[in-house]
Amino acid sequence: MGGALSSFRICDFTGQLAGAGATKWLASFGAEVIRIEDPVRQGRWDILRGMSPFVDERRGVDMGGGFNNHNTGKLGITLNLRTARGKEILREIIARSDVVAENFAKGVLERWGFGYATLKQIKPDIIYVSNCGFGHFGPYSDFKTWGPIVQAMSGLTFTSGLPDKEPAGWGYSYMDHTGGYYMAMAIMLSLLHRQRTGEGQWVDLACTDAALSLHGPALLDWTVNGRPMRRPGQPHSNRNEWPWMAPHGIYRCAGDDEWVSISCRSDTDWQALAGTMNARWCDDLRFSTLASRLEHQDALDEVIEAWTRTRDKFDVQRRLLAAGVPAAAVQKPQERIDQDPTTAAFGLWPRVHHSKIGSVRVDGQPVRFSKTNWEITRGAPCLSEHTEEVLSGLLGMTADEIGELRSEGVI
Amino acid sequence: MTALTGVRVIELANERIAFAGKLLADMGADVILIEPPGGDPSRSYTPFLEDRPGEDRSLYWWHYHTSKRGIVIDLEEEGDRAQFRRLIGSADVLLEAEPRTRLAALGIDYDQLTACRPDLIHVAVTTFGRDQVRSDDPATDLTIMAGGGPLWSCGYDDHGLAPIRGGGNQGYNTACHFAVLSTLTALLHRNVSGEGQFVDVSMHAAQNVTTEAASYTWLVAKQSVQRQTGRHAATGATGPTQIRCADGRYANTGVPPRSPAEFASLHRWIQEMGLAEDFPEAVFLEMGANWDGPFDLSQVGSDDTITAIFAAGREGLIRIAAHVGAQDFFRGCQRAGLPVGVINSPEEAYEDQHFVARGFQVEVEHPELGRSFRYPGAPYAMERSKWAITRRAPQLGEHTEEVLKALASE
Repeated sequence: MGGALSSFRICDFTGQLAGAGATKWLASFGAEVIRIEDPVRQGRWDILRGMSPFVDERRGVDMGGGFNNHNTGKLGITLNLRTARGKEILREIIARSDVVAENFAKGVLERWGFGYATLKQIKPDIIYVSNCGFGHFGPYSDFKTWGPIVQAMSGLTFTSGLPDKEPAGWGYSYMDHTGGYYMAMAIMLSLLHRQRTGEGQWVDLACTDAALSLHGPALLDWTVNGRPMRRPGQPHSNRNEWPWMAPHGIYRCAGDDEWVSISCRSDTDWQALAGTMNARWCDDLRFSTLASRLEHQDALDEVIEAWTRTRDKFDVQRRLLAAGVPAAAVQKPQERIDQDPTTAAFGLWPRVHHSKIGSVRVDGQPVRFSKTNWEITRGAPCLSEHTEEVLSGLLGMTADEIGELRSEGVI
Repeated sequence: MTALTGVRVIELANERIAFAGKLLADMGADVILIEPPGGDPSRSYTPFLEDRPGEDRSLYWWHYHTSKRGIVIDLEEEGDRAQFRRLIGSADVLLEAEPRTRLAALGIDYDQLTACRPDLIHVAVTTFGRDQVRSDDPATDLTIMAGGGPLWSCGYDDHGLAPIRGGGNQGYNTACHFAVLSTLTALLHRNVSGEGQFVDVSMHAAQNVTTEAASYTWLVAKQSVQRQTGRHAATGATGPTQIRCADGRYANTGVPPRSPAEFASLHRWIQEMGLAEDFPEAVFLEMGANWDGPFDLSQVGSDDTITAIFAAGREGLIRIAAHVGAQDFFRGCQRAGLPVGVINSPEEAYEDQHFVARGFQVEVEHPELGRSFRYPGAPYAMERSKWAITRRAPQLGEHTEEVLKALASE
């Protein structure tokens, strides 16, 4: 296969989204990603294996919809690392891999006898990328996290909300996605480094570091000007401070829980919005300049919403865009997936074949390469689906040897 | 020598891709930032050094352009375009977020630029993709996150309140993450095959595949998730996870206690704090601690005993939080093996001992001011590929002469 990354093999212990999302990117560009799972626990360390959503009434470790979404195109094998033979086979796989990737809690891989020092002994130029919430060093490195905990610790939860209310936070694990993106970046940066120098390395990725690095201007306002985000009136996160814009918000439209976002970048945008709304209050002197609109933002938001709330959100979007004003309906999943021609045109929801689930659509990649584009056609591996293929194809084992491993509980 | 040493990136200044350029520059790429005469508009973005505006005083600019060199070139002028073509001849990557037809109209789009650099990697970021007319529509971080999916899932239980956009231009950031992933992928391929290529990044598509269960619940089961305060949007209501602590600050309890060991730790803590007497449900914690084997989580809500045990877990945490500050609650929970986090503001996280110990605070010299300032540090700790802010953001036109002179002699 001629994928951009088809010359690389990943020994993959990742799971959930923060890890699996990283190797999904690599697999979609042709890397050979071999997921290694525990036959004793039926791979349930990755809780998504058996979790909803499901396509029908069938349940079990091969039926999880999220797991399928995050593990497309990967191979799946089982290895019992409690056994000496299991460890031996893992050593043989590592010796033939470019990268070992995992997102266990700190110390798990080491307890199995595969810490970085051992990995290097097996393959001197191995790239080892570990990914956990607080990283492998630092006072909290023994603490446990999930995506929402990472977001809480790093300021992302705090900066999503309204004044004098509890944080609204993120309605999904933004940092599982984004931690996965940084993990994939770290893997590829290390591969580039190795292409140049021949040397491998260990990357200690802490999702909380990556998350905190997403607050640049707020942090500089603190370190340079001494202005904290925890102050009266903050956060007010649908508004815009950097740069200042007004109006800038999300407004109710006609219907149940229907909303439209509007942001005016300049006086020109504001005049175009006012012209479209064509209401008498638009001439209110309180709204004539940015400074004055900022000062009277509550009143401004109220009168804009009085205009939007009787209108269809897509109609508001269409009219404002025609006038040159940034506006977008808050789209529901069905609207952006099934009714939005731009995501369909991008091929964003590829249909994969999963050996048990059958035919189902998944998240694609939001990019198009002119020569070596991504390809997502195969669903996630069922538990142990490719054990024989990998042991015979990669390690040259015979059917008898594999049968023996199975009867001994090694695979 | 670090991961991207020797890789030259030409970046056309635009707030939508500034972060992608920074991520590459801090990993050692020679990023040359091209601004038009008069400078990029984001030089005028708040906040400013000491709150006083000025073209080199925007902290927004400071953050997003670290480690880059900056030159001024007017792509509207043919003479400058010739310089641009020569620069491309010396470059590995072009990173841009121009209006989708602008470069073609100027005769400097990918098809023309490959004449200067056959193995060029051209990464173009637009709102909806290069071939979509909707990319011509005006858009901001807010409208991109609204249309692309994240906002539907974020906000409060009270749907009388609007969906909420998290701070920090995360819509732009997400598109930048994909621009960087694409650049690295294309570089790895070029190093093996010798061929470059054109990469089309859609900001709207990037949001669409960064919504976790919202997308795949629809794709798999045709069900729509609903937003809830401080926790995952879901198809059905789930229990709250944020707890207000004794000091008024919040903690997030994430996944509540659900293993016998966790119930045992929680029960012990309640007793140590002397709270058991006023908390008759503590008996359920004890039952949870003595439960034989893992709980069947699908029985929460239907099996009375399991439901009572899980409710007591949540209630126990609330009782403790009412007596301790958020930091103590966080540490106490973690020591008990419960994955709980304190809801920090960005500056509280930045000053937290853990991030300090990991070296997240880095000093950056501003020689023109005779001062240095603390900046945010590395997103990943790489053993051999050094992440570093090698210089503060460029002043307007600071490296024009240096870069063009070197080009002339190349």
